[in-house]
Amino acid sequence: MSNSMKENQVTSESIFWNRRQFINNFSLSSAALALGASAFSNNASAYSANTGFTTAEPLSSEYVVTHHNNFYEFSTSKSKPAKMAKDFNPGNDWKVKISGEIEKPGDYTLEDILGFTQDQERIYRLRCVEAWSMVIPWQGFQLSELIKKVQPNSKAKYIEFITLESRSTFPGQSGGSLGFSSLPWPYKEGLRMDEAMNPLTFIATGVYGKRLPGQNGAPLRLIIPWKYGFKSIKSIVSIRFLDSQPINTWNRSGPKEYGFYANVNPKVDHPRWSQARERRITDESFFGVKKIDTQMFNGYGDQVAQMYKGMDLVRNF
Amino acid sequence: MKPSELSYKLLKVLTHLFSFIPLGYVAFAIVTQSRLLGADPQEKVLHLMGLWSLIFLLMTLSLTPINRIFKLPIIIRFRRSFGLYSAFYLLLHISTFFVFYLELDIAQLLQETIERPYITLGMIATILMISLSVTSTKAIQRKMGVKWKKLHQSVYFIGGLAIAHFIWQSKSDLNEPFWYLIWLILVLGYRLLYKLRVSN
Repeated sequence: MSNSMKENQVTSESIFWNRRQFINNFSLSSAALALGASAFSNNASAYSANTGFTTAEPLSSEYVVTHHNNFYEFSTSKSKPAKMAKDFNPGNDWKVKISGEIEKPGDYTLEDILGFTQDQERIYRLRCVEAWSMVIPWQGFQLSELIKKVQPNSKAKYIEFITLESRSTFPGQSGGSLGFSSLPWPYKEGLRMDEAMNPLTFIATGVYGKRLPGQNGAPLRLIIPWKYGFKSIKSIVSIRFLDSQPINTWNRSGPKEYGFYANVNPKVDHPRWSQARERRITDESFFGVKKIDTQMFNGYGDQVAQMYKGMDLVRNF
Repeated sequence: MKPSELSYKLLKVLTHLFSFIPLGYVAFAIVTQSRLLGADPQEKVLHLMGLWSLIFLLMTLSLTPINRIFKLPIIIRFRRSFGLYSAFYLLLHISTFFVFYLELDIAQLLQETIERPYITLGMIATILMISLSVTSTKAIQRKMGVKWKKLHQSVYFIGGLAIAHFIWQSKSDLNEPFWYLIWLILVLGYRLLYKLRVSN
């Protein structure tokens, strides 16, 4: 712990990244290392300005990214998942059932999926519905690559994602100390097909140049940077292509507070708090948080606004 | 000094020492940057101060039942201290919210108070708590007479407001606030039963 503190004092995280030294830290398999390196040459300044694939904003520290996690399968506390996920290290044999309106359904292992997708790096803003936010360097692949591989048919209009359900892995899926369950399990999320195919929509397999830690949703975690964080479902075991809109867990749990779309929108408040501004968490020091204005679509309007043209975003919150 | 007076003095010192543990812990964590408060220390402080205000409030309300059951009149002399520590942590809770979440914006504080019901409840509880604190001296108690008792009975109402605020702000996990609700029901329920028994 004291070592990493010193490191932080000597070199700020963003300088660390700009120097591209992260390649040395890249601890995925050697194959992924090669892919990661090639992806990185395509990164940062190399990404054309309008893709939204990266940002110059200061990164949130690796500590806050990996120790401030809403992962109710472990605990409703944000600090506990980091401790509780120590033994949750899914490997290449992790299975994802891909089914529904596609030509190539089946059980795919993590290894299969990594084999036909290209490893990339994305630096995205993450805006939680609770009004805090971070800037996070993810590694992973574009969801559209996986979708193309399994060949959806013309009936596929939506995709449903499901998190692993396992009380032995996830103590939070059992009732709490008084028997109240925090959410109906398993956790489910959904996207419209065009949202899923958007180039910004990403599956993270790593963060900060390391294999995705359990508490961040290992081994496969959805990232949709223009939507509130609860849409970015963790530890995915099922991807199902549907012709009708699936129900997502938070919408089921609190339909007046959490919608299906959950696009970041500073003008539509959560019933219990304002969404106009956000608390940007940069590091874990007491003054490591600053309040900033929240941007429409979390600042990704250029890439996604056209998908919602003509839609009433107050009703479809 | 009589032995009972000595044990009172000793208990008094222990009470004050105990009461500063939450604040001391937070101060230590901030000064040493020890990550004890996790990745979002401001949020942790906000929640810890609110929680300890509630705990001191429930401890205050527990003293009368404990005395009636175990015949320990000495503890009644700590009711005022515990009540004031509850108010103290409540003010730290609100100050954290006002300084770090609202950035000292009074207009926004008013707006949040009006628009968010759980904050409305919290503000009512705070105003009541301040009135109880400033009228808590013996001199004012004597001056106010019967009115003082009426005013200070609102502490039961504050307990209800605090629990409602706690439950209402939670996103989905009710386990923790319901433990405190059970505590409140026990200490208020005891009073009700006692009253019924005495009046019969």
